[in-house]
Amino acid sequence: MSVITPIRTPAEAGLIDLYKVVRNTLPGTKATLKHRDEAFAVIEAAGLPHRRVEDWKYTDLRNLMQEAPPLAARPHLAETDPAIAKSKAFAAVSGARVTFVNGHLVTTEAIPEGVEVTPLAEALTNGHPLLARMGGPEVARDNAAVALNSAFVADGAIIAVADGVTLEEPLVLRFINTGTKAFATSPRVVLAMGDGAALTLVESHEGPGGVGYHSNSVVEIVAGSSVDIAHIRLNAEGDRALALSTLMVTLGADAKFASTGVVAGGHVSRHQVFLAFAGERSVATIGGATMLAGKSLADTTLVVDHRVPGCQSRELFKTVVDGEATGVFQGKIIVRQHAQKTDGQMMSAALLLSEGAAMNNKPELEIFADDVVCAHGATCGQLDDELLFYLMARGLPRPEAEALLVQAFLGEALEPIALEDVREELTDMVASWLAGRAG
Amino acid sequence: MPAVQETVERVKAIDVDQYKYGFETEVEMDVAPVGLSEATVRLISAKKGDPEWMTEWRLDAYRRWITMREPTWSRVKYPPIPFQDLHYYAAPKKNAAPKSLDEVDPEILKTYEKLGIPLREQEILAGVEGAGSRVAVDAVFDSVSVVTTFKEELKKAGVIFCSISEAIREHSELVRKYLGSVVPVTDNFYATLNSAVFTDGSFVYVPEGVRCPMELSTYFRINERNTGQFERTLIIADKGSYVSYLEGCTAPARDENQLHAAVVELIALDDAEIKYSTVQNWYPGDSEGQGGVYNFVTKRGDCRGVNSKISWTQVETGSAITWKYPSCILRGDNSRGEFYSIAISNGYQQVDSGTKMIHLGRNTTSKVISKGIAAGKSDNTYRGLISAHRRASGARNFTNCDSLLIGDQCGAHTVPYIESKNASAVFEHEATTSKISDDQMFYCMQRGLSEEEAIALIVNGFVKDVLQQLPMEFAVEAQKLISISLEGSVG
Amino acid sequence: MLEINNLVVDIEDKRILNGLSLTVNDGEVAAIMGPNGSGKSTLSYVIAGKEDYTVLDGEILLNGENILELEPSERAAKGVFLAFQYPLEIPGVATMTFLKSVLNAQRKARDEDELTTPDFMRRVKKAAETLEIDQEMLKRALNVGFSGGEKKRMEILQMALLEPSFCILDETDSGLDIDALRIVAEGVNALRAKDRSFLVITHYQRLLNYIVPDTVHVMSKGKVVRSGGKELALELEANGYADYRELAA
Repeated sequence: MSVITPIRTPAEAGLIDLYKVVRNTLPGTKATLKHRDEAFAVIEAAGLPHRRVEDWKYTDLRNLMQEAPPLAARPHLAETDPAIAKSKAFAAVSGARVTFVNGHLVTTEAIPEGVEVTPLAEALTNGHPLLARMGGPEVARDNAAVALNSAFVADGAIIAVADGVTLEEPLVLRFINTGTKAFATSPRVVLAMGDGAALTLVESHEGPGGVGYHSNSVVEIVAGSSVDIAHIRLNAEGDRALALSTLMVTLGADAKFASTGVVAGGHVSRHQVFLAFAGERSVATIGGATMLAGKSLADTTLVVDHRVPGCQSRELFKTVVDGEATGVFQGKIIVRQHAQKTDGQMMSAALLLSEGAAMNNKPELEIFADDVVCAHGATCGQLDDELLFYLMARGLPRPEAEALLVQAFLGEALEPIALEDVREELTDMVASWLAGRAG
Repeated sequence: MPAVQETVERVKAIDVDQYKYGFETEVEMDVAPVGLSEATVRLISAKKGDPEWMTEWRLDAYRRWITMREPTWSRVKYPPIPFQDLHYYAAPKKNAAPKSLDEVDPEILKTYEKLGIPLREQEILAGVEGAGSRVAVDAVFDSVSVVTTFKEELKKAGVIFCSISEAIREHSELVRKYLGSVVPVTDNFYATLNSAVFTDGSFVYVPEGVRCPMELSTYFRINERNTGQFERTLIIADKGSYVSYLEGCTAPARDENQLHAAVVELIALDDAEIKYSTVQNWYPGDSEGQGGVYNFVTKRGDCRGVNSKISWTQVETGSAITWKYPSCILRGDNSRGEFYSIAISNGYQQVDSGTKMIHLGRNTTSKVISKGIAAGKSDNTYRGLISAHRRASGARNFTNCDSLLIGDQCGAHTVPYIESKNASAVFEHEATTSKISDDQMFYCMQRGLSEEEAIALIVNGFVKDVLQQLPMEFAVEAQKLISISLEGSVG
Repeated sequence: MLEINNLVVDIEDKRILNGLSLTVNDGEVAAIMGPNGSGKSTLSYVIAGKEDYTVLDGEILLNGENILELEPSERAAKGVFLAFQYPLEIPGVATMTFLKSVLNAQRKARDEDELTTPDFMRRVKKAAETLEIDQEMLKRALNVGFSGGEKKRMEILQMALLEPSFCILDETDSGLDIDALRIVAEGVNALRAKDRSFLVITHYQRLLNYIVPDTVHVMSKGKVVRSGGKELALELEANGYADYRELAA
């Protein structure tokens, strides 16, 4: 058989050119450069992932990424202040704040005792000890989005929470994108949680409308034993944005982890969660609500890796698709051979609100241990006619009746959020999305 | 349950290798030289007495096949198949086309007797309890159909049931119209290979408005060494007709692997119904994973007419590798597809099986019930696609796939793809994986069942929904087979 | 019938039975009473042969034969029957199918002929009528979707059908209302015979109003701390178990 010479798309060719230019200017030691080169080699060899690559079957990045915009430079104060002022997400939530503009750490506020924040650019240049723990769980290796981030990362943060520290107020990571022409950002945050530490991590991603920028963020959580982590992620990127965001979690023993992701923006977006249980008796609850309209595509890809016995995982994802948008859910529960007494349950439910809407669901189980209880379910359909009729018979006009049902449908995924003001803000966001739809 | 006792009896009677159909038959064979080339394809075509269009059809497939690569997307792993070291044609020498059973090589008759397949119509009539359960059989030995029973009686009803070779010669127009219309020549690597070299298989045509008066059945037997078996089955149910078709398969125990790459095409026109049942029991290999059949099969049904229905039921217990996805294209409005599956893997068997339900027409419905049981060091994957296209308003699917694990050395995987491009389509999917609980086992054993008996009982309960879909004779057979397949899975 | 000598049993390194001795004579109905956690259910499981328990010392003799090394199914064939506190559900297996399978498995183990279907049906029907079990229920999957009372009645039905010589009733009264309790007790009483013994495990005296025992044994902390006649049960009802906790200490 003949050797196949890959035909490079403009974006692939652009990335290769871009990498050649920036590899010597991006921060880091020789070791960092080696990591960058290794990560980029994955992209260079295989190209951008496409529909024949199983994990990207429904999000053909090769086709969807049309160009490789330049990396966003560290913005000047004159740019950052107005951008921060415009940021709306979680403005009312009090707590510690780390703000990134175009992927660069610009401010930190109210960082409590026991928490140490180091800008990633600085950490890479000086060889921070926690860099050794970067890289994410095995199931995220060779992931194209993570590889791209590893190759192009310019800044971010390393956040260390000392053993036994409990944060009373949330730690908010704001990723704010700004600009009028296409640009690319690749921030990375590593959160190292000491044994017995507890916090609520709130993540928001925002950006300008009408600009085809690319954002590709990676947040890594490396947790010791007995941690208690609540995580909330809001993706409200601009309507032309290509947004990739990845959460990688490695949990020690007796840990509690709860994550809720809300997607309400972006033109093409993919939200990945890779979670590995590295210690026994831990519990993870992962969920999300996605609202899609226009011609957008949002992909939620989740891999939960039960590597050790006795852990429990629960996943509940809700997707509402309007217009000619496409929703994607790919979820996989892996149970390794020795991970007996695993309890894994995953559910994905989708509502299609319009003629042109589409949904692709791929819930997977991959099980190598016998003493387990695992299940997944997936549903896809439209609003229940009888319920609609019931509400309309009680006097609600159709749009309001629909909105009520959709709100209830998505609300279930927001329920696990313990922080009331965060939950309310996200609930309001659902309401205004529905109002926008009706109007 | 008598079946449990019988099962235990049978299990006890089985040799160490557990596979009771592993014997070999000594028959003089006419075998094509090893390897595949245009010359081989022409040789096969000539041996079959193909008309010219068929020869060209085969050659076209062959030319496409040499440009194709084996699919790698499934979970099955195996060493490269030496396609050029296989025989692509093997047929019993004596009387290539026997006119009656008396002309069939007695060794072959003995083989089917041993397998419990009735080939003598009188015997069938005499030996069967109660009327109405007669089964017409097409027996395929290696690549060739040796005998088809009840042909005359079926003919009276207008039903054509014969070997595909005969159909190509005698019913050329029908074959030409439908062959490759459901599984195109270039569909996939194995289907294309089959299109080039298929040597026999069954053909069924049920005319408009006819309810086939009996069950039709094909019994496949691989015997010859190093021989690929490539059957082709084509079933056409014309408007308003009904047919139920059964397929069984076994092979001798050998330490090398045997390749089986069949293609089955079903076409249901308006208001027609086809029920297709398989009990697949090819040689699974020995307890060390040596030998066994590689089963790469393409089965697809086309619900071409309105209100048509195609139902697949499969009990997969054999083969070292099973790679098959009996599917339905729901083209006609209101058409219905069903897939009921029991897939059992033990030893080193690998199963990657499931279905595709492609909803194209309005108000099409489908149902998928899959029960996977993994034991020993086996791997068992359900892979399925449910899709609704833009036009498929009102499409409905319900899928349930459950896996049961026996022992901690095996794997059970579920890979469903659920794609909807129509808002009014409603798809529901649920899947579970679990093991037989220790408490259930203890309860059964406290009541006096041995460990093996308890497992057989619980597993039979687990697969009951699917067993019920099989015709009665097959269901009993399948139930026994399930217990035998799980023999040696504990301890 | 049954003789237990100095039985010491652990589960996951935790001592549950601690030198328990007990004798039940032919035809005797012995009640075992005791507070929660005294090891009553463990005793029933160990007699029936459940895994998970480590027998460190002692013996269980059934008609003089030590059964500790036997599989649960072998013990069942020798006449041990345990009516479970929580009977298991077996999806997909019709109750009738289950009954026939276990009955014939036991008969075979004892070198007896299998029952003919009509003979089997007759026996089931008779037992079902006594216990007010609907024929429809016998067609359903075993215990699946049955109420607590139905499950308990099904246990007694199996007991009647299998004709064991040594029956253990593990908290059979739990979850039963008074009518169901009466039906179950009548079913048990009908099976009382010279060559059949019972071990009735219960927390409350209530059941013993219906199944009147010949002897009552009080368990505490893994051993029998007091034995007596049926009047002992009434005494316990009046005074509680408090005294016995100390007795065992």
